[in-house]
Amino acid sequence: MSLLRIRKPKTRKGKKVLLAREPQLIESARTMLFVDGRKCGGNVKLCMKDLQQLKKPLVKVLNRKNDITPFDDPSSLEFLTMKNDAALFTFGSTSKKRPDNIIIGRIFENEVLDMFELGIKRYQSISEFKNEKIGACVKPCLVFNGPKWAQTEELRRLRNYFIDMFQREKVESIRLQGIEHVLSFTVTEDMSILMRSYKILLKKSGQKTPRIELEEIGPSADFSIRRTKIASDDLYKLARKQPKQLRVTKKKNISTDALGNTKGRVHLGKQQTGSIQTRRVKALKKSPEEKRADRQKKKVALKAAAVEALSTAD
Amino acid sequence: MDVVKAVLEKHQKELDKYKPITVEKHLECRIDVGTLLITDPNDLDDRQLADNKEEYLSALTRDNTQLLVNAIWELPTERVDESIVAKLPEPTTVLPRLRKPPGPRPLTKWEKFAKEKGITKKKKDKKTYDDVLDKWVPTYGFKRAEAEKDKEWVLEVPQNADPNTDMFQKKIDLRNEKVAKNEIQRMKNIVRAKKIEMPRSGYLGPEAASSNQLLTAVTVAKSSTASVGKFQSKLPKEKEARGLGVKELIPGGKRKASHISAQPEREANLDLIKSVLNKKPKLDVEKAISLQKQDERMEREAESANKPAKKGGKKGKGSRKAVGKKPKGHQGQRAPGKKGQAGRKRR
Repeated sequence: MSLLRIRKPKTRKGKKVLLAREPQLIESARTMLFVDGRKCGGNVKLCMKDLQQLKKPLVKVLNRKNDITPFDDPSSLEFLTMKNDAALFTFGSTSKKRPDNIIIGRIFENEVLDMFELGIKRYQSISEFKNEKIGACVKPCLVFNGPKWAQTEELRRLRNYFIDMFQREKVESIRLQGIEHVLSFTVTEDMSILMRSYKILLKKSGQKTPRIELEEIGPSADFSIRRTKIASDDLYKLARKQPKQLRVTKKKNISTDALGNTKGRVHLGKQQTGSIQTRRVKALKKSPEEKRADRQKKKVALKAAAVEALSTAD
Repeated sequence: MDVVKAVLEKHQKELDKYKPITVEKHLECRIDVGTLLITDPNDLDDRQLADNKEEYLSALTRDNTQLLVNAIWELPTERVDESIVAKLPEPTTVLPRLRKPPGPRPLTKWEKFAKEKGITKKKKDKKTYDDVLDKWVPTYGFKRAEAEKDKEWVLEVPQNADPNTDMFQKKIDLRNEKVAKNEIQRMKNIVRAKKIEMPRSGYLGPEAASSNQLLTAVTVAKSSTASVGKFQSKLPKEKEARGLGVKELIPGGKRKASHISAQPEREANLDLIKSVLNKKPKLDVEKAISLQKQDERMEREAESANKPAKKGGKKGKGSRKAVGKKPKGHQGQRAPGKKGQAGRKRR
């Protein structure tokens, strides 16, 4: 483990904490750190509260004000995420120059990978919608509307970030009745991002698949993109590199037929028919005449070779 | 046949009672069922978005969610604790990691050596039988120190040592030294693993220094005389330190090659003189040609200056001042803001 750690941990608990911070083959669910800026109130505070509710229990909330400007110097933010072992962060602040400002970003190797500054143009919190809410820890469906999401690298990264932020955990199976939340992100022509959150109602359709109806539950927000800092292509590629052990490699020469039987193909080397011991049968033995003919052939060949050798010597 | 038709009709009627679950899209949506994600690349309806935004967004999201739900309901399901569970496939969207994937741990110096020599770790028993105490004693850990205290309650002072030496203190010191040495070795392993160039640490003392460092120290010390160690006596079979950076440590050690070569001085000097005397100027053809041209041009200009200037000069085409070069198009820079004229000028 901590061969590369200069100071050894003194307690067993400390050792466990440090071990958890070492690179892992399969990383745990990504927690989000919520940090307040110099001034953080109104819509920003509401938005952060709602995001916390959506991300619970994968959150870590810091309540003190911090004199940080992430786009100028992200080092103290990186330190805070490192200390709290968080992969994502949300930094809220409001100022005269940038009112209702929210910075979302993620970390790779204790450094900021991506950062997006969103301005809140309009906000309606969860509490403003007076209706039945969804349960906690529900994995939401994510919907991205609009052709613009794939058009620029920045928006592609932002889309990836939103997936990273809201997808909660990677799961192997899902309860069909548990699909009850959908988050929709729409990017419009004037580059504003409309985030809506709906509850899914499964209705009868006369078939196996239900008909879907939606009911808005909040939060509902219109964001504008302010500043962004996205990772270089090399770094982004490095960050997305998956460990070799987890990569699925196709096994050769194994196939499954329509009935579900597994079939294997085995390769044998070239058969050496000359050296194989076979049954001795008299019929396959060489007759005396054949033997004689062979000897004759050999003699002729030797003579021809000798003549040739003599002629070349002359 | 009528029966089949009747059944189909009845089924259709039943379906008509409900709203449809099919959605039509101009462009196909990309669905990643593993992350419950759908991306709709279709153009948005700007007018609806401006007029009744919320309803439009809700309808759009509903349609896309319906597509996603249709895809989910097609997955293989199983029953777990009275609820139906769908098995999700592997997600196709790749998300960045928090840290790099763990690589193989770099070997320590000892581990590397043991691997080369094929030395394997032998497991020691947790307790060993002690003949002196006549009982089983822990090899390490809890209560080992206690057992040792029981065993070594008295220590013998060796004959050659000062009779007043505290052998117990000596034992403690020895142990502390061992710990310190181990710590240094651990640090060295870290440095080796991180592949950092460390500054030269100098002589670390007989305990910590490696054999190479000791050898370097001896070589440097020996050569630190006024005569650069020339008259220092040598031990039989003594080695000299070699390798990177050793010569830099020796005062006056790093020198340029002697100007006197292996061949005798006289010969070398003669060669030098020869090379100087037989020097021929190098001929640069291009430079020579350009010089020649320049001379000619100067001459021509001087002649033309002497002649009286012609009045009027030729008329017509020949009157152009710049003789020689024809004006060429598309080589200059365009004026910004001016629209480029395409094609020839039409009159």
